[in-house]
Amino acid sequence: MKKTKLSAPRYRLMKSRIFFYLVCTFSLLTMIPLFLIIGELIRKGYKQFNFDLFTKVAPTSMEAMLARISGDAIPGGILNGLAGTLLILAVAIVLAIPLGIATGVYLAEKKEKPLARLVRNLSDLLQGIPSIVIGVIVYIWVVKPMAGYSALAGSTALAIMMLPMVIRSTEESLKMLPDSLKEAGLALGGSYSAVVLRILLPSSFSGLFTGALLAISRVMGETAPLLVTVLGAATVNWDITQPTTAVSLLIWEFYNDPNLASLIWSSSLLLLLIVLCINLLAKSIAKKWKIQ
Amino acid sequence: MENTINTGYILELKEVSVSYTPGKYAVDKVNARIAPNTVTAIMGPSGCGKSTLLHAINRLHELYPGISTTGEILLKGENIFRMNPMKVRRLAGMVFQRPNPFPTMSISGNVLAGYKLNNISLNKKEKGLIVERSLRSVNLWDEVKDVLNKKGTFLSGGQQQRLCIARALALKPELLLMDEPTSALDPISTSRIEDLILELKKEYTIIIVTHNMSQAARISDNAMFMYLGKLVEYGTTRQMFTKPENKRTEDYLTGSFG
Ligand SMILES: Nc1ncnc2c1ncn2[C@@H]1O[C@H](COP(=O)(O)OP(=O)(O)O)[C@@H](O)[C@H]1O
Ligand SMILES: [Mg+2]
Repeated sequence: MKKTKLSAPRYRLMKSRIFFYLVCTFSLLTMIPLFLIIGELIRKGYKQFNFDLFTKVAPTSMEAMLARISGDAIPGGILNGLAGTLLILAVAIVLAIPLGIATGVYLAEKKEKPLARLVRNLSDLLQGIPSIVIGVIVYIWVVKPMAGYSALAGSTALAIMMLPMVIRSTEESLKMLPDSLKEAGLALGGSYSAVVLRILLPSSFSGLFTGALLAISRVMGETAPLLVTVLGAATVNWDITQPTTAVSLLIWEFYNDPNLASLIWSSSLLLLLIVLCINLLAKSIAKKWKIQ
Repeated sequence: MENTINTGYILELKEVSVSYTPGKYAVDKVNARIAPNTVTAIMGPSGCGKSTLLHAINRLHELYPGISTTGEILLKGENIFRMNPMKVRRLAGMVFQRPNPFPTMSISGNVLAGYKLNNISLNKKEKGLIVERSLRSVNLWDEVKDVLNKKGTFLSGGQQQRLCIARALALKPELLLMDEPTSALDPISTSRIEDLILELKKEYTIIIVTHNMSQAARISDNAMFMYLGKLVEYGTTRQMFTKPENKRTEDYLTGSFG
């Protein structure tokens, strides 16, 4: 009697301990690739990770070759890529965030209406479409009619990719607000739009902001859709109707040119650091500005 | 508006029925008249339609899709269902069961929220006056006058509820509707709000839903007893508590309710 009473908890204890170790092992395993990547990028990239990276445009293949022959560090940086990424993202944000938030508000308010369900499902579906497919579609929709590659086309592609994430995070953070806030606003005679704009959206600001940041960091490194929309540029461009480059595109170009290959690592390291910073920022905002 | 003079009542409910689902009445043919500067308590078991009736008075019940309302509610002689709902809600302020200050707004921002939501612009002086007047009228001014720019959510539960009352009063409503305003509060905060209600009666007409019978006895002039959506009994609180006319009211009040 006593024995069985004791053995049952011990067995269970062991089981939960084994389970715990398994979980720990697996989570460590998943960390390994991440650390390997970061280590590799630092090891190979730190030499080129200098001031020039931020202030000079990417070198031509010829410049890089000459430097290689004379044994110097490869001159130049990725300023044109940084500027392009900034421009493309800025326009993508302008396109995606208001539309995504508006849709998210609709979904949160109309929860089970047939149209809301349809939109929700389509938005989930959109998230699953391969980015190159989105790129090709935008090529047909924007590049062809405008008769040329442009930053705007790239922004459109990235905006389409950001939309589902913005929609979801808006919907989820609005749903977390108590109904009493909306009731209180309406009870004061506020119109529906005033209540949404002045009370509901500000109250879920941290959720919206976090969602937007994560969406940005998610599309920041996208390459495939940009290949077919912005083309690339050797100089800094701030005109949204002109071809542009981006950090991710430059990495792709460096990869295709043996003379430039050593720039891959420093630019990848930079891109990774930016994405990491955005993610950490998103996390800290989510924590700090949480209501109550 | 001239009806006010004729009847002397600020609020008249005529055959008011509300149903969330067709054929099922949450409020069933309620008739009542309420005189100005009185406190009316609405009592009755859970689910008898108290909140629904209260919400109907400022048309907040219209938020629920599929709800249908019949009958008339006259506020100062004017049928609220023919008025702009936003105007009705400004005239009939609402205080909820749980304090719900707007979490992104400061204390003064909360008091002024009604103006902001109605796109009424005020200059700095007007804002200051409204904030002070409203907070004074709920006896909160002395406690918060130095922290007006702090978030309303930093206050204690009882203070938050008084802030919510101030927020409703800032718009100078005719009626103050309160749905179990003290049920989430401690006894001390509760008694402060009860005292406050007695003070506010001088300027406003108050309708309060309460589960607490001694509270109703302490603060109300008149009392309604509802059961299954029907207004079973309505009269002075004193009469209701001493010799109720209806058997159900008596059972409820004496606690022998099934
Ligand atoms: N949103 C709603 N949808 C459908 N039925 C509701 C809703 N709210 C309340 N009811 C129903 O209406 C009746 C009255 O509810 P309520 O007014 O909240 O009662 P009380 O405030 O007296 O507890 C109840 O039978 C309740 O089930
Ligand atoms: Mg209720």
